[in-house]
Amino acid sequence: MGYEKLLIETAMKDERIIVMTAENRALVRNIPAVLGNRFIDTGITEQTMVGMAAGLALRGRIPIIHALAPFLAMRAFEFIRTDIGIARLPVKLSGYIPGLLSDGNGPTHQAIEDVSLMRGIPGMEVYAPADEDDLMKILPSVWASPHPAYVRVNHKAGNFTHDPHTPGKAEIISEGSDVTILVYGYLFGNALETKLILEKRMSMSVGLVNMRSLKPVDEEAIVNVAAQGSNIVTIEDHFKTGGLFSIVAETLLKNRISVPVIPISFGEHWFRPGILTEVLENEGFLPEQMAEKIMKTTEKIKL
Amino acid sequence: MMLTKEKQKQMESLALKVREHIIQMSTGGGCFIGASLSCVELIVYLYSEWLRTDKDNLKSIKRDYLFLSKGHDVPALYGTLAELGFFPVERLKNHLNPLDNIYWHPNRNIPGVEFHSGSLGHLPAVAAGVALDVKIKKAGNRVVVITGDGELNEGSIWETLLVANAFGLDNLTLVVDRNQFQANAKTEDLIPLEPLQHKFISFGCNVIRTEGHDFTALDLAFEHLQKQTGKVKVIIADTTRGKGLPSIEAKANRWFCSFTDEEAINLMKELHGNSGTILYSETLTVR
Repeated sequence: MGYEKLLIETAMKDERIIVMTAENRALVRNIPAVLGNRFIDTGITEQTMVGMAAGLALRGRIPIIHALAPFLAMRAFEFIRTDIGIARLPVKLSGYIPGLLSDGNGPTHQAIEDVSLMRGIPGMEVYAPADEDDLMKILPSVWASPHPAYVRVNHKAGNFTHDPHTPGKAEIISEGSDVTILVYGYLFGNALETKLILEKRMSMSVGLVNMRSLKPVDEEAIVNVAAQGSNIVTIEDHFKTGGLFSIVAETLLKNRISVPVIPISFGEHWFRPGILTEVLENEGFLPEQMAEKIMKTTEKIKL
Repeated sequence: MMLTKEKQKQMESLALKVREHIIQMSTGGGCFIGASLSCVELIVYLYSEWLRTDKDNLKSIKRDYLFLSKGHDVPALYGTLAELGFFPVERLKNHLNPLDNIYWHPNRNIPGVEFHSGSLGHLPAVAAGVALDVKIKKAGNRVVVITGDGELNEGSIWETLLVANAFGLDNLTLVVDRNQFQANAKTEDLIPLEPLQHKFISFGCNVIRTEGHDFTALDLAFEHLQKQTGKVKVIIADTTRGKGLPSIEAKANRWFCSFTDEEAINLMKELHGNSGTILYSETLTVR
């Protein structure tokens, strides 16, 4: 089942749901015919859409709102923070083409600071599914919860069957004593391959965790990885600032744990746009490249 | 139906009390006194006549909604709500006490406040969301949002008008408190707005411009617009910043004021007809 079908099923069962979009219909093309006046397209007006969603929520509605992730999270940021955040209204934000998924669009369309921004809003939950299967497993509880939430919509098919989603819990794919990779979103598939490369060629014991829910984050999972004495690698299509690397650093510091953490993310630059596979290579996100980086860095750590 | 003489007298007397509360709130840390005084008649009229909302139906899905988008006018709202029994008048003494929620901008934990504001240009959209739900449910709630005139600098307001008219939200009334000033300057000296009614008309609204301190004029405006359908309703209420206190009326530097108790006593006298208050507190520059 895909995003749109799940949305239709959910909305058909719950009259409170209103589907909104700021004229980004990629995920909701067939919704108008089904939902009628419970589908609202506000045109290219992210701020107004968010403000109206807050008003609808005041009337008891649960708006599920859509726009490209950068325009939702950034153009409308202050409306999200002020109208949804301060009032803690149950508005569900679906950000389309987050992170690397903006491929050829260029820096205007790159939401690679969205996790940082959204998790900075008190009460806002943040989810970043690994692929479509993960997305389908995460969305039902997100939409049913009374909290505001931002979802990095990743509708790309993966080749992994994920565990059911428990709110606030990460998905532990494997445990490892040498290195554990923490990852979220689109890069999960490449992280999985990276793990296989390291195991096969280096005979390393490699753990892998699909973080899924970045807020609330599964602190226990992070602490357990560190407690096992494993080095940690964070992989994310996000700036190094404010995303998973920061979350892990905060968690370890809070728990007074010190272990090597290797970030694989974007530094102080937006990525060079292009065909996704080429962007991955150019930015060093191919499994071979990441495996090599992890190998070299862990060797240095050992010395 | 025309306002009766008796009703007008009631509203005038309520407005006077609200202005006393505003003067009181301008001491002990101060408030945005000018912007509050300019919309006293408007808020008093809305709660006395137009909005079918009272202290007993605050949670009802059938109530009418008022949103204060400019936010700085909240002392006028609090004065009105307290006098109408939404919460005890005594509570106004908690102004700027961190243990209560009465401060320079609206907080919806105060009974009668529908939503918080302070960041300008937000509540037309929030109000439009409420109005849209009322439309979908085919209900009859009235939704009113008060904006400042300086606030009209914010592009989000015009964006929302386009959207609200696309959805035919004729149950939404936007009232501009046209007191001619934004924070530190006359609107026409900084970012000119006139001819303002034309701007709203070109955005597809039904517009009426009226005297904003006259209850009968306000009533005529609301009654007249009520008969117009299909478009967002806009009332431009021409007002005077600082209305009721000649020593601060229409003065660019009397925006946010923190007066001493002695000055407040003199302002009370001025409100009741004594002239010649000497204000020695400097206007605070908070922005």
